[in-house]
Amino acid sequence: MKNQNPTFYEEVRGNGVSRRDFLKFCTTMAAFLGLEASGVAQIAKALQSKPRLPVIWFHFQECTCCSESFIRASHPIVANIVLDKISLDYQETLMAASGFQAEDAYKAVMQKFPGEYIVMVEGSIPTENEAYCCIGGRSALQILREAVQNCKAVVAWGNCASAGCVQAASPNPTGAKPVHKVISGKPVINVQGCPPIADVMAGVVVHLLTFDRIPQLDGLGRPKAFYSRRVHDTCYRRANFDAGLFVESFDDEGAKRGYCLYKMGCKGPVTYNSCGIIKWNDSVSYPIQSGHPCIGCAEAGFWDNGPFYQHLPGVAGFGVETTADKIGVGLGIATAVGIAGHAIVTNIRKHKEIINEPEEGSNVETTKES
Amino acid sequence: MRSRTIPLREVHVWELPVRIYHWINALCIVSLCITGYIIGNPPAFMKGTEAYFNFWFGTVRFIHFVSAFLFFFNFIFRIYWGFTGNEFSRWYNFIPLKRCQWKEILDVIKVDVLQVTSKRIDSIGHNSLASLVYFITFLIFLLQCLTGFGMYGAMSSAFLPRLFGWVVPFLGGDMNVRQIHHLLMWGFILFALVHIYLVFYHDYIERRGVTSSMIGGWKFIEEDVIERHENKTEECPKG
Ligand code: HEM
Ligand code: HEM
Ligand code: SF4
Ligand code: SF4
Repeated sequence: MKNQNPTFYEEVRGNGVSRRDFLKFCTTMAAFLGLEASGVAQIAKALQSKPRLPVIWFHFQECTCCSESFIRASHPIVANIVLDKISLDYQETLMAASGFQAEDAYKAVMQKFPGEYIVMVEGSIPTENEAYCCIGGRSALQILREAVQNCKAVVAWGNCASAGCVQAASPNPTGAKPVHKVISGKPVINVQGCPPIADVMAGVVVHLLTFDRIPQLDGLGRPKAFYSRRVHDTCYRRANFDAGLFVESFDDEGAKRGYCLYKMGCKGPVTYNSCGIIKWNDSVSYPIQSGHPCIGCAEAGFWDNGPFYQHLPGVAGFGVETTADKIGVGLGIATAVGIAGHAIVTNIRKHKEIINEPEEGSNVETTKES
Repeated sequence: MRSRTIPLREVHVWELPVRIYHWINALCIVSLCITGYIIGNPPAFMKGTEAYFNFWFGTVRFIHFVSAFLFFFNFIFRIYWGFTGNEFSRWYNFIPLKRCQWKEILDVIKVDVLQVTSKRIDSIGHNSLASLVYFITFLIFLLQCLTGFGMYGAMSSAFLPRLFGWVVPFLGGDMNVRQIHHLLMWGFILFALVHIYLVFYHDYIERRGVTSSMIGGWKFIEEDVIERHENKTEECPKG
């Protein structure tokens, strides 16, 4: 029988991965995490010596695109992360167990590894009526609150768990809330994106494993290593932005020449993600490279910041097509009309003051000569 | 020739620093509104060329940022001057804490806005309604600086923009900040329209020389108003 708690290295070697490939993987991860050269050794050491990370992975209100992204990570070893390095004792999509056995599996993790296990969450939590999302007869909120009580940290996968995503978009019928809004007292790592980039997800897991602490987070709880740069500042089309060369429609010459997609509603300037650096699908491409503007999927409320193909969102209360400029021009015209009206009234009502006839009760003396 | 003789005295209302502040401010706002509008709606007038040869959008943004820094420090200076300048530029003019200031606001609305009564408004500097509007404008200046530097922080690691790092999370993300920043631009445009009209209006009606007061610093004020101001028997002493 195998070691009860084998290390990740033992696992992947057992699966036929060469040491050379293993080290390549460690190097890639160190690069993604922005570590210095010594970081490679740290990662290699951690993966060779540390037991697997106990993990409970919940699916609440979501579409499973985060799991889908994760298992498509670029490096072949990353697949092993999912299946071996972290012990997915409870992962509703991937585990074999079901029913009572499944419930037992995650309860066992909570009992066996108190203070050590990580809770990973995909999906938002309904609060308008908890019954909108129930598993095994208990609500998402109950399950999550119980599970985080003794956990080490919480990883919120994707926009749903980090900011509510489409479920929380106006009018948010289920009262969907992200993880950090419904629990307290535990560190929450928001791994943003819809879905997050697979290598980013892998990077976060490797970081947790190697350093035994949560990565540095930004003001919105996102790991700085992956979310501190704007898509706009890492975009290869940026030179076109500064040059004022813009795509005006998806079939114009500018689109063919690869001009900047700013006027097509690109949200790159307001979005923090690694798309321009790590890219997608084994670093083949990313949306902007394929000619589509960024829709800002790694930002809170991006569904409500639409339309996607418009630079600024509609103004709340005025309808989605009504931009700040339309309202501004309207108010400007109203003001100009008001000013003109006031000027006319002034010349009628204040006639006396303008020609300076003395007013009753004032001590103005007027002399008229001609 | 038509002329009139009335007892007037010249009063030095706006000291040189206030006037310099005012015109730097006005120029910055014009520049920021124009460049800001272009940043929000860039005209795509170039086709069939490569990025290597051009940088016009970068230049527009550069002008926006240079004007923004000037605007910011000029504004800081005005706040400072609100505590050291003459009585007409002091902070207490702008915040209606006294009952009589609210009464004057009502009077100005009746006399100048709705024009239902006729009465002379005695204030030598700003009248109370104008002051309140300037105060609100100052708050908008502040908000515009907060949102502007909040966005600027993403592209700079300099000390000053970093101080505004909290703005973006506080306002719920870059998109909101950008939207607020853009909407406020229209606040500036509307203010400028009304402000310039009202300067002309007051000059036309009151003939205290308010337009040139922001150039030379002096206003013509009726003698009795000055006497009451000096004896502290005016309707609404602000100090
Ligand atoms: C974009 C254009 C302008 C802006 C944003 C602007 C802004 C302001 C502000 C903020 C004040 C309050 C000053 C203080 O006490 O610190 C002020 C006062 C004043 N401004 Fe302007 N101004 C503009 C254009 C003009 C122009 C074109 C004129 C004259 C031709 C003018 C004449 C005055 C005068 C006379 C005052 C004193 C008002 C009073 O006593 O009621 N301004 N302006
Ligand atoms: C009178 C004051 C100002 C006005 C009217 C103004 C107006 C604007 C407008 C309309 C935009 C375009 C927003 C969009 O649609 O994307 C903009 C962008 C911007 N403004 Fe201002 N602004 C003002 C002051 C400032 C200040 C004080 C700063 C501080 C640094 C600032 C920094 C910025 C930045 C960083 C951007 C984004 C530029 C980019 O990413 O390309 N602005 N401004
Ligand atoms: S395509 Fe988008 S992200 Fe790239 S430079 Fe243009 S606006 Fe920025
Ligand atoms: S380019 Fe923008 S919308 Fe597309 S995946 Fe990246 S962050 Fe999300």
